[in-house]
Amino acid sequence: MTGDFHPAWRRWVMALLLLASAGCATVPPGTTQRQQIDPFEAWNRKVFAFNETLDDALLKPVATGYAEVVPPLARRGIGNFYANLADAWSAVNMLLQGKPVTAAEGAFRFGVNTVFGFAGVLDIASEMGYERNYGDFGQTLGVWGMDAGAYLMWPLIGPSTMRESLGLPLNYAASPMYLFNLGLAGQFGVWALQLVNTRAGLLGAGRILDDIALDKYTFIRDAYLQRRRSLIGEDDEPPAPDPSQDDPEAAPAVIPPPEPAK
Amino acid sequence: MLSRRSFVSLFLAALLASGAHAQEAPDALIMRISTDVLDAVKADKSIQAGDVRQVIVLVDAKVMPSVNFRRMTASAVGRFWRQATPEQQQRLQEEFKTLLIRTYSGALTQVKDQSVQLKPMRSKPEDDDVVVRTEVRGKGDPVQLDYRLEKTSGAWKIYDVNVLGVWLVENYRNSFAQEIGAGGIDGLIAKLADKNKAAAGKT
Repeated sequence: MTGDFHPAWRRWVMALLLLASAGCATVPPGTTQRQQIDPFEAWNRKVFAFNETLDDALLKPVATGYAEVVPPLARRGIGNFYANLADAWSAVNMLLQGKPVTAAEGAFRFGVNTVFGFAGVLDIASEMGYERNYGDFGQTLGVWGMDAGAYLMWPLIGPSTMRESLGLPLNYAASPMYLFNLGLAGQFGVWALQLVNTRAGLLGAGRILDDIALDKYTFIRDAYLQRRRSLIGEDDEPPAPDPSQDDPEAAPAVIPPPEPAK
Repeated sequence: MLSRRSFVSLFLAALLASGAHAQEAPDALIMRISTDVLDAVKADKSIQAGDVRQVIVLVDAKVMPSVNFRRMTASAVGRFWRQATPEQQQRLQEEFKTLLIRTYSGALTQVKDQSVQLKPMRSKPEDDDVVVRTEVRGKGDPVQLDYRLEKTSGAWKIYDVNVLGVWLVENYRNSFAQEIGAGGIDGLIAKLADKNKAAAGKT
């Protein structure tokens, strides 16, 4: 990685600052919860449709072919290699989040797998009983108390929020494609292999998702937001009251008028 | 014909058995169901080959008796539930059940060498609404799988499931509200029915 500020990042940060200032605008009264978590829904849906088209036309077919050619054991080794590098970044974030013991365990995992696991291809630490603790910078910002902000769908990258997007540049700086001095083609290769290898592992999950989601966009958005909340330990909310039990004090809900077609 | 004494002892045995069932702790219940289901899947070649119909039979027999499906559906429908007529509630419940069983079944056909482990409970013994935390372990990272259970008339029943930090029923709430907003409760029923028909056509 070169020492100076990557020009692509500069544009990114500018775009983010713009978005962040838009997101900070006060919420007008009468907006629904849905509009609050996803004020850019119309735009996000367009990006989502673009990503889906790209996935159907390119990524999914490539990943399917890749899964047929590359044996599962090799795919796991490749996945482990990338996950090992992510472990180092997780450990840094655990330290930033004030969890020194978890951070030390993560650093130990990274050391063991790098040295004895052939640069991370074998996950020996897991077999020794040291579990992976995932961390990234968006999560760290959340632990520090920053709100998630509006939901954002990025082209190629996928679901995100304002806060997670602020964490993205640092996450990328610590990702394999920037860690080594590879040149542009090398960077692309490292990134593409990770993408295809990950997508190949999700082929089954993608089929299940198609079966269960009434509206894939909403389902993915809500699952992503829940998952991110759980990653910063905000999952201990009590469950909603049971509406099937009679509660005479509850006012009956009013079905909202239909929304205009998008 | 049964003698009166044997009839009484049978009746007592049945009482004892049902009593023992009600006493089962929520984590023990989850562990029993998980182990039962995983063992059954591992022993069944047709399920491993992807026969979803076979899984549905298994899930109906082993899992559904311990699920409060009315509460699951009502929670997903949320505040609109009370507006639905009893017939609509019944249809919602049936269609949602078909959808969820299909999901669960699809996941079960992926089972190979997994086992389930309990994580420590954070609830008090007198609680009647608890979260049981488990981990599915196999190759790769363990998968977090948690259950919300409530005690109704002495028996514990599952009413939500968490996969990797995502509560499933909670996750349907916005999708359901969106469909109800667009086409009312009947619109949601039609949407669920369509989804199930399309999925059934593929298997």
